[in-house]
Amino acid sequence: MSDSHPMADVAPEPGVRKPDPVLVANNLQRSFGGLQAVDIDHLEVQRHTVTSLIGPNGAGKTTLFNLLTGFDTPDFGEWHLNGGPLVGIAAFQVARRGMVRTFQLTRSLARLTVMDNMLVAAKDNKGEGLWGALTGGWHATEQANEDRATELLERFGLEHMANEFAGGLSGGQRKLLEMARALMMNPEVVMLDEPMAGVNPALTQSLLTHITGLRDAGKTVVFVEHDMDVVQEISDWVVVMAEGRVIAEGPPEAIAKNRAVIDAYLGEHHGEAAT
Amino acid sequence: MFWLAAFAIAALSPVASLATGESIGGKLIQTVGEERIPTAGVTIIVRQEGSEIGRGESDSEGSWEIPVPGAGVYQVTLDTTTLPDGVGLTNPDAAELPDVNVREGQAKKVIFPLGEGTTSSVSSYERVGALFISGLKLGAIIALCAVGLSLVYGVTGLVNFAHAEMVTLGAVTAYFFHASPVGPQWSLLVASVPAILVGAGFGWLQETAIWRPLRARHMGLVSMMVVSIGLSFAVRHLILIIFGGEPRAYPDFAGQPPIEILGVSVVPKNLITIGVALLVLAGVGLFLQKSRAGTAMRAVSDDADLAESSGIDVNRIILITWSLAGGLAALGGIFFGLNEAVQWDMGFSLLLLIFAAVVLGGLGTAYGAMVGGFVVGVIVEMSTLFVPNELKTAVGLVVLIVMLLVRPQGLFGTKERIG
Amino acid sequence: MDWGSIFIDGILATIGPVTAAYAISAIGLNLQFGYAGLLNFGHVAFMLVGAYGMAITVDFGGPLWLGIIIGILVAMLLGFLLGLPTLRLRADYLAITTIAAAEAIRLVVRSSWAEPLTNGVFGIQGFADSFFSLNPFPPAELYGIGSLVVTGRKLWVMIVGWTIAALFVFVVHRLMKSPWGRVIKAIREDEDATTSLGKNVFAYKLQALMIGGAIGGVAGMILAIDQQNVTPDAYLPQITFILYVIVILGGAGTILGPIVGAVVFQFLFFTIDALMVNAQADIGWVGDLLTPAAAGQVKLVLVGLGMMVLMVFRPQGILGSREEALIDER
Ligand SMILES: Nc1ncnc2c1ncn2[C@@H]1O[C@H](COP(=O)(O)OP(=O)(O)O)[C@@H](O)[C@H]1O
Ligand SMILES: [Mg+2]
Repeated sequence: MSDSHPMADVAPEPGVRKPDPVLVANNLQRSFGGLQAVDIDHLEVQRHTVTSLIGPNGAGKTTLFNLLTGFDTPDFGEWHLNGGPLVGIAAFQVARRGMVRTFQLTRSLARLTVMDNMLVAAKDNKGEGLWGALTGGWHATEQANEDRATELLERFGLEHMANEFAGGLSGGQRKLLEMARALMMNPEVVMLDEPMAGVNPALTQSLLTHITGLRDAGKTVVFVEHDMDVVQEISDWVVVMAEGRVIAEGPPEAIAKNRAVIDAYLGEHHGEAAT
Repeated sequence: MFWLAAFAIAALSPVASLATGESIGGKLIQTVGEERIPTAGVTIIVRQEGSEIGRGESDSEGSWEIPVPGAGVYQVTLDTTTLPDGVGLTNPDAAELPDVNVREGQAKKVIFPLGEGTTSSVSSYERVGALFISGLKLGAIIALCAVGLSLVYGVTGLVNFAHAEMVTLGAVTAYFFHASPVGPQWSLLVASVPAILVGAGFGWLQETAIWRPLRARHMGLVSMMVVSIGLSFAVRHLILIIFGGEPRAYPDFAGQPPIEILGVSVVPKNLITIGVALLVLAGVGLFLQKSRAGTAMRAVSDDADLAESSGIDVNRIILITWSLAGGLAALGGIFFGLNEAVQWDMGFSLLLLIFAAVVLGGLGTAYGAMVGGFVVGVIVEMSTLFVPNELKTAVGLVVLIVMLLVRPQGLFGTKERIG
Repeated sequence: MDWGSIFIDGILATIGPVTAAYAISAIGLNLQFGYAGLLNFGHVAFMLVGAYGMAITVDFGGPLWLGIIIGILVAMLLGFLLGLPTLRLRADYLAITTIAAAEAIRLVVRSSWAEPLTNGVFGIQGFADSFFSLNPFPPAELYGIGSLVVTGRKLWVMIVGWTIAALFVFVVHRLMKSPWGRVIKAIREDEDATTSLGKNVFAYKLQALMIGGAIGGVAGMILAIDQQNVTPDAYLPQITFILYVIVILGGAGTILGPIVGAVVFQFLFFTIDALMVNAQADIGWVGDLLTPAAAGQVKLVLVGLGMMVLMVFRPQGILGSREEALIDER
């Protein structure tokens, strides 16, 4: 990070304000029975950054993703994307507004081809409506989408698999496909839930390049990761959760030295997380 | 050619054509001493499988005739509230003729002997009270059946559509040991033991022969449900082939005279049904809370992977659950047969209400299914205060849908996990 | 046993209006179950409301074409009402609700309460006169080769039935090859993933359920027209399961599967049934073992077994791809 980065002046403390937040959450709470899975006072995500979300298993990271993307409903709280409130907005609408998520357990559409996986994600195809499907007139859009999909597949090294069933891909390839598919929607914010989990080390590096590439292409990336080395390498900002709360945030160097983090997380998890 | 046409009709519409003109009729004559007086204006109702086919009124000569759609077995009821004052059935228990067999083309005649009756009017308190008791009884039966369905769902995630056949199997097996001419003719109490064992055994067999191998193949749940409904369909018709299509009653406890409790007349076997069911359900509750297998069952329901990794033999627990579910369903079936009739599709006809109960309580929660069973039973029976009797099963569907709209996870359930 | 006549009768049953109706209904179910992954265990209810919608309209003095439109609308309405509470939930809830609804609807239609509208168990007859008045073939004349003949009346229903089947095959083909169809298949694979891609999964599922239901409604009308008769007990739950066997046998999620499935199924169903009936009458020990009524039930046991065995050992059916079927469903 160069010193001229807009985040340079931001204090490394939980709930701190950022100069240009794309995503803001206030007083977000979700409990399951007696368990408080998410309890966040204030959280902002700076535009055009790679923000890592770390924390031990069960810290509430996936639940937070679910809440922010409309897959789950909070007991309390509100959040905005680009100033637009997202409370009560259905998950598919959130995706259309430009915040797209992936899942911790990969969700490939197994009995669709890789190409069809990509094409499903394309926006505004009038052939996706019943009337359009019956009357036709969607082939031009389809062709343009296919071209874009081919480009993305090439970027992710999957173009040779375009006509295979997605169910036939390896675990790592599915992760790549899921990411490529999310990009097909031209999102503004990409939320990746453990994109590195279960991926063999050879692929990890290329995934990382893709993630930083997204930032450089003007997108905002929020991603969940366990491996501190990876986090150190590519993040602009790190948010640490434990027991549903944000216990620390700051640039990666500061987080690595943070006592609270070491106690809550690194102390017990650093060793095993890399496995 | 004609042969084929007859064939096609038989396959598609079990109700034969109208042209043959089957009917049920009779003459209502009151006998007082030597005198014979025709009784007019009395309502007679014909039903089939509980739903009304038609009704008619006796004319000035006491004659009545009600057309029926075809050959078959019908129930004919005389509505005693429409008898004139001072006229009553010579046998007050014979207001309903449970199986009137009409042959093809036949104008069947039936007789209701009338004499000087003492007509008693039923107060609305008594009616509500009696319905409440039947509601509890029906609820007890539903609860017994529903718990097993919910437990199996909890540990395997499968809604087992063949659960209904475990209910029927219990009732039919008990009938074999109790009343079949080729069976040992034990009392119903004794016959219940092998019936429950057969029910449990069927649960055990299903899990071992079908469900465990399919889980091992990673078959998806949707496909598994298709398999389970196929199984249900096959077993149901196998029972039909072996047991026959007619409804039959257990000779034991048949025609029990009612007793009076708090001014409500109750048949003792209803109370026994409710009592035994409550005891058994309490036993299931204790088993789940206290026993090792029971706690393990709850753990597997919560999170099978976690349970597996904490050293629980998940497959063994699932097997126990299936056997328990089969046994409970069989017991429910015996009570159902005791209170209604033993019939090849009795379980299937109860399935809708079982589902309503399970959804009401929360799919996968054992206690929810128990409470749901009783609630559904009472709602369905009490609803007959407002809707015709033949529509009461449809009330169960209304309960189901309203619950799904209002609180899909049920009274006791929690929302499912995403991500 | 007269093999020749059993064979001829089997063929006649296979190409007859009933098979056409089953094929059409299976096209609707295939859209729901095969493509969208919706477990509709009460498909027969759509056939019932379609047929009754038509018959009641005509019974109350409306023209047949209006009856047909109303039948289709009622079937779609049923899909809407069943989908609304269930399609946001897990697949099980739709299955539970549809199987419950199918039975409940039949009981209501049968009840004396609904009698002013439905005529209870007696049903409604003679509503399709205007359909048969369009019949260009003399109704009593025989058409065909050798002993393979049908009456002009049957022929007319057959031609209309199979034409409608072909029409629906075309419509479903067009839908499934479109981006709409791709979203439907994506939903079958993974709802959450499809939602995360900005698709309104609920709306698509509702559309699939309603369109499939409308197609089922049309099938119900053809059955009713063929018999000039609707009775509640012609719409027993078993029809739904026969349709499942047809869909899976032909190949769930294939365009022509329902047609192939219906034809093969009907042939097997009738031949096996005829064999059983003959065996019961002619072969001593079979006759001792089974009553004539029981021999007639054997085919239904086989329907259930067929559903299980196909789902386990040949989920792709006749036309589906093995490779696709082997992909892990999780
Ligand atoms: N649907 C649910 N029902 C009950 N508990 C849940 C549910 N989803 C998550 N939890 C609990 O919430 C906590 C946070 O889970 P999660 O967000 O998945 O953590 P992370 O992704 O950080 O590992 C965990 O204790 C988990 O068991
Ligand atoms: Mg997580």
